[in-house]
Amino acid sequence: MLRVCWKGARAAARQCVCGKVSAHPLQHCRRYTTAGDSGSSAGKIVAASLLTVGGGVGGTILYAKWDPKFRANVEKSVPYSDQVFEMVLGPPPPPPVPLQKKPVKVEPLQISSLSETTKESKAKAKKSDPAPVEAPPAVEEAPAQTLQEASAEAAHIISAISDVPSVPAPGTSDDSPADPTPAAEECHPEPALTERPAEEVSARLAQQDKAEQDALAALTAGLEETLGSSAKITLQAIGAQEVALTAITAHTDKLKEAMDSQTPPDEKSAQWKALNEALSERTRAVDEAGDALLKAKEELERLREVINSAKQAKIDAARPQILAAEENLHSMIVDLDKVVTKVQTAQSEAKVVSQYSELVNEAKAQFQQELANITPEIQANWKGLSGKLSVDDLNSLIAHAHRRIDQLNRELAEQRVREQIHIETALEQQKLEDRKALEKAVVSALEHSREDMRLEQEKKVQEMREVMEAEMRTQLRRQAAAHTDHLRDVLKVQEQELREEAQEILTSKMMEQETHYRRLTQEQLDTFTLDMNAAYARLKGIEEAIDSHVTAEEEARKAHQLWLSVEALNYTLKSAGANSPTEPLEGAVRAIKESCAENEFAQALATAIPEESLSRGIYSEAFLRSRFYDIRRLARRVALIDETRNSLYQYFLSYLQSVLLFEREQEAPPAKLAPEDLDTFKLLAYATYSIERGDLELAAKLINQLRGESQRVAQDWLKEARLTLETKQVISLLSAYANAVGLGTTQAP
Amino acid sequence: MSEKELGQKWDRCLADCAIKVGTGLGLGIVFSVVFFKRRTSPIAFGTGLGLGMAYSNCQNDLRSHYVLHSNVAKEP
Repeated sequence: MLRVCWKGARAAARQCVCGKVSAHPLQHCRRYTTAGDSGSSAGKIVAASLLTVGGGVGGTILYAKWDPKFRANVEKSVPYSDQVFEMVLGPPPPPPVPLQKKPVKVEPLQISSLSETTKESKAKAKKSDPAPVEAPPAVEEAPAQTLQEASAEAAHIISAISDVPSVPAPGTSDDSPADPTPAAEECHPEPALTERPAEEVSARLAQQDKAEQDALAALTAGLEETLGSSAKITLQAIGAQEVALTAITAHTDKLKEAMDSQTPPDEKSAQWKALNEALSERTRAVDEAGDALLKAKEELERLREVINSAKQAKIDAARPQILAAEENLHSMIVDLDKVVTKVQTAQSEAKVVSQYSELVNEAKAQFQQELANITPEIQANWKGLSGKLSVDDLNSLIAHAHRRIDQLNRELAEQRVREQIHIETALEQQKLEDRKALEKAVVSALEHSREDMRLEQEKKVQEMREVMEAEMRTQLRRQAAAHTDHLRDVLKVQEQELREEAQEILTSKMMEQETHYRRLTQEQLDTFTLDMNAAYARLKGIEEAIDSHVTAEEEARKAHQLWLSVEALNYTLKSAGANSPTEPLEGAVRAIKESCAENEFAQALATAIPEESLSRGIYSEAFLRSRFYDIRRLARRVALIDETRNSLYQYFLSYLQSVLLFEREQEAPPAKLAPEDLDTFKLLAYATYSIERGDLELAAKLINQLRGESQRVAQDWLKEARLTLETKQVISLLSAYANAVGLGTTQAP
Repeated sequence: MSEKELGQKWDRCLADCAIKVGTGLGLGIVFSVVFFKRRTSPIAFGTGLGLGMAYSNCQNDLRSHYVLHSNVAKEP
């Protein structure tokens, strides 16, 4: 009953190890009776497990839907899950696209916004699209148009910004490569920034220079002509004016002379004639002077016009000439004015004198008339009538003279009274006239000074310009010099570089050639050396082969000897009799020692043979086998005897035990000895088995495990067995060694 | 030969036993005849004595290997 239960428990344990049925085997019998309960519990278990699994799967799917990385992980780790996911969730989401376009868009948008604000701030009517999608083309267009507009501040800023996108190579945006060209076409042609070829430039420059030269020549010619003509005419005018001046002064002098009635009467008529002549001369001269002045003024105006046109032509080279012409003009004008003023003063003086003379004449005429009234007979030259006059006439004359004197006195008194007023009025008049003259003089002087200053300024400007030109020329010259220096340096450097390059190429080619030549020679040498080496090696090989042959034969002989001696030793082993040991192995071992004197291994082995075997010889295995059975019997009989149990009674018991104990004579020994195998009888059985199979070694090992009296009994046999085994081992080693050596040195026939 | 030792021991034992028993018997007989009026007890006694001595001898002989010998160190 117990055993049945034990066996059932064992079976259950085995099943538990397999992991199948968890139910206790004893419950098998219960199963038939309480099927319902276990069924429901099983059902509950099944339901719970299904729920858990379903929950896990559902949760996994939901999370995978939310997190694609987790989904990827699961797909990687669990096979076929990707199919499940695809069925349930659809294809996996694509990897996120890198946002590269955004930062590029920012710049054009900014520019477009700026341009848009500027557009709004300025006048409307633009054809650019305000849509941000077309911001890049708008950017291209708007700046061009704003450039067109050329409003001062905004255009400056926008041109500074728009210079970047309006440059032909599209640098900012990647998505409008074709727009710059239509934008460039749309806007008005901007000043072409292309470089004209050098010849064209020089031709144009030459053309310009020639044109300039021509203009300059024409201008100078015109200027000189007009200058010359105006100078001539001015000189004429001045001459005329001076003539007029002299005429006037002459006339005035003559008049003054005529006023003084100191000259005799007959010269008076000549004087009056001369006076008339002078007067006519003066008028003529004055007219002439006036004409000449007009002409001069005309000419000067023409000159001024020419100068102005020359100035407008803006030819720099003509400036000094223009300046000189202007100076001349100014000096001529000044001279003319001076002469004119002189003439005018002379004229005014003459006027004064003529007025005086007129007054005098008038007075004289009046006097004469009075005289004529008083003395009607005396008509003509009353100066020569001093002897013809009567007393009445003289009295009347004197009375008239007295009356006249009275009158004149009265007039003088009146005049004296009115003197002050007259003087004041005269002063006032004079002041007025003076003021007018002053004004005129001031105005003319101002004009002259202004003109002077302007001329001086122009002169200074001219000078400065010349100075500047000279300086610029020196700077340019310096720059040219620097340029030439730089060019020279660059050329030098280039030359150096080129030279180095050429040198390098030359050296490399040379090196190539050299290496080629060297390689060829080396190859030749190498082949020769190779051949020599090969021949030498062959020779050496042959020598070595011969030597090795010799040594090999030597070795073979030695090995043969060794082998023979080992065979002899083996043979001596066979000389063991049934009960007697072999011959002492000494001789054979000595022979071995002699035969392999230099072989350390063999020497060591030969010395390892125990002394007993050398001196006494060893027993054969058969002998040991037979002896073993005696040992066995004896050991069985004294199996119970050891240190504690060794009385005679124990001996009897032990004998009894040996007789009564039935067991197999031979029993195969296990691979490992367990403690229960250390029983004497068991050991003996194992040993018998081993001995019968010829395994003396194992038998000896087992016998070694005996304890107590059995051990004591088997001691000798064990010793013998050990000896035999040792010797046999050494000999087998030796023979194996000899065989190996013989094999090694054997030459194939 | 260690295995012969036991045999030798047994031989000695037996020989000794025979001698002792014989001697005991003889002496017993002698004593019984001479001293104890032909009673059998001294014979038995003598035999037993002989047997016992032989037994003891034999046992000692067989035990001799296992007996521990102690050396008392002499004090200097």
